[in-house]
Amino acid sequence: MAEMDYSKIPKEKFELIGHQDAAESEKIAAPSLTFFQDSWRRLKKNKAAVISLVILGLITLIAFGAIWLSPKDPTKQNVQFANLPPKIPGISVDGFNGTTLVRGQRVDKYEQVGVPEDVYFILGTDSLGRDLLSRIFMGTRASLIIAFVAAILDLSFGVTYGLISGMKGGRVDSIMQRILEVLSGIPNLVVMILFLTIFKPGILTIILAMAVTGWITMARIVRAQTLKIKDQEYVLAATTLGQSQISIALKHILPNISSVVIVQMMFSIPTAIFFEAFLSFIGLGLTPPNASLGMLLSEGYKLFRFLPHLMWAPAIVLSVIMICFNLLADGMRDAFDPKMKD
Amino acid sequence: MVADKTQEKIILDVENLKQYFNEGQRDEVRAVDGISFQIFEGETFGLVGESGCGKSTTGRSIIRLYHPTAGKIEFDGEDVSKIKRRADMEHFRRDVQMIYQDPYASLNPRMKVRDIIAEGIDIHHLATDVDDRNQQVNDLLELVGLDRSHGTRYPHEFSGGQRQRIGIARALAMQPKFIICDEPISALDVSIQAQVVNLLMELQQKKKLTYLFIAHDLSMVKYISDRIGVMYYGKLVEVGKSEEIYNFGVHPYTESLLSAIPLPDPEHERTRRRIVYKPAVNDGAERELREISEGHFVYCSEEEVPVFQKKLADKKAQTEKVEV
Repeated sequence: MAEMDYSKIPKEKFELIGHQDAAESEKIAAPSLTFFQDSWRRLKKNKAAVISLVILGLITLIAFGAIWLSPKDPTKQNVQFANLPPKIPGISVDGFNGTTLVRGQRVDKYEQVGVPEDVYFILGTDSLGRDLLSRIFMGTRASLIIAFVAAILDLSFGVTYGLISGMKGGRVDSIMQRILEVLSGIPNLVVMILFLTIFKPGILTIILAMAVTGWITMARIVRAQTLKIKDQEYVLAATTLGQSQISIALKHILPNISSVVIVQMMFSIPTAIFFEAFLSFIGLGLTPPNASLGMLLSEGYKLFRFLPHLMWAPAIVLSVIMICFNLLADGMRDAFDPKMKD
Repeated sequence: MVADKTQEKIILDVENLKQYFNEGQRDEVRAVDGISFQIFEGETFGLVGESGCGKSTTGRSIIRLYHPTAGKIEFDGEDVSKIKRRADMEHFRRDVQMIYQDPYASLNPRMKVRDIIAEGIDIHHLATDVDDRNQQVNDLLELVGLDRSHGTRYPHEFSGGQRQRIGIARALAMQPKFIICDEPISALDVSIQAQVVNLLMELQQKKKLTYLFIAHDLSMVKYISDRIGVMYYGKLVEVGKSEEIYNFGVHPYTESLLSAIPLPDPEHERTRRRIVYKPAVNDGAERELREISEGHFVYCSEEEVPVFQKKLADKKAQTEKVEV
């Protein structure tokens, strides 16, 4: 092939493509998202977590809305209407139409005890004639309050303790950690029983008992994260800029461990609900006429063979709450994890 | 660039600085073991050495991130370790700033660029109101070659070079006199390194800054520095003007470092032999930095001074011969 003289090609034949000036190339096109906006975007992709969030929202709304809009008074006893099976208006399926089997015969209990035509107990009544649905609303409310307050106490104690321990380091850290180890050696149940010897059983006692030992895990996690972050160069930079230790803890460390803290809190809520249910079940929890899910379960299981709905209903509610919290916490953990970028 | 030394004002005087960790315990680490050097106002002092030889520790001791085990650090005629009063400390924090190694770790990922840069302004109340603060931040962004619209962005949206420039802007916000650059380019792509180094040099001209430039890349250090200190195992082994060290480094460790620099010349690369440094056995002689020619110090014993002087003269003679 003959050599070409490239210098003779006229300049106009060239067209400049793909050139950008410096200012143009420094522009960022993507919308600016804060960390939480970004996490929310990722959480929305997780269907299970979103559904859990919606269900939990509904449950919370109903449980607290029932203070004003309870179908019936949850504490009003009506011995005449005791142990009624569920009766839902417009449904004639056995088990939900107010009938029950007595010696192989299907009997309409409502007719038997003379309940007026227009009165329905959607989930039946307990052995004192209290409306189960209203009691479940009341119980869910109590369980949620205990769980949230316990979680918030966990959060405030645990985060403060962990931050101080991690930031101070050295001897202070060692001593604070030994204290934690001693505390974590005391079983929860023993603390609870000791509390009951001093205080009256009730929501406050349960919350206090859980607060005494519940924050330990949180404190440990926060301390570990603080130790990890405090050697990051942006913390060193803040130090060289003259930032005080407290401001560094609040402005630099806390925001960067917030995701871990939130996830830990989300996991501690179902644990608290479960612990409360367990305490109430063994009779160390709330006292009647108050209700919690654990109490309803413990009342229900005594009559399980004859009136199974008394246990089924609170058991299902408890399970749904537990599953939803766990799924949501799981989803949040993934959403907060920057390595899950997609 | 360095004029007559007698006219230069010493801005930083490090004397016999020692920084030990876990002192007195079995796992004691002597990160910095008695080093002395001076930095003159307006110059760039390069500190080179292999990983873990104590370069960064030196920088961090100077800026008081660590408390030195022994020795004296004088900045602007004031002993840094003796600063007690809050106002003096604030003053020192403003005068001395640091640029960090890892642009991905040195910016808080949860803060907007504007707040990162303005952190120092907020701490030291350098802005009169919000408008003034924003104005200062915008000016700084433009000074380091970023767009003012970048202020509302988060660090993860930027490239390594851009982040490093944000770090530089943060340091400059304090209007410092002296900046410690702790390997500011080693985490960057080679194509970006020049960008950042040129920015640093440009800023030095504009703002009359003094740099302590820490790096492990001798060729880059030679490019930016007026004088170079070579560190090995917590000790300074050779200090001198950058041209002199680069061309006539006489300490065996400096020679070893120089022999490791690749040149974009296949001819040269094919024949390049790496000199492996064998530390001299401890013969009990007292070694310290001694001047072998004007402004050229080598870590050696009294008896070794003539040996190194001869070596230096030989090297210079050899180069002249080649040039002739």
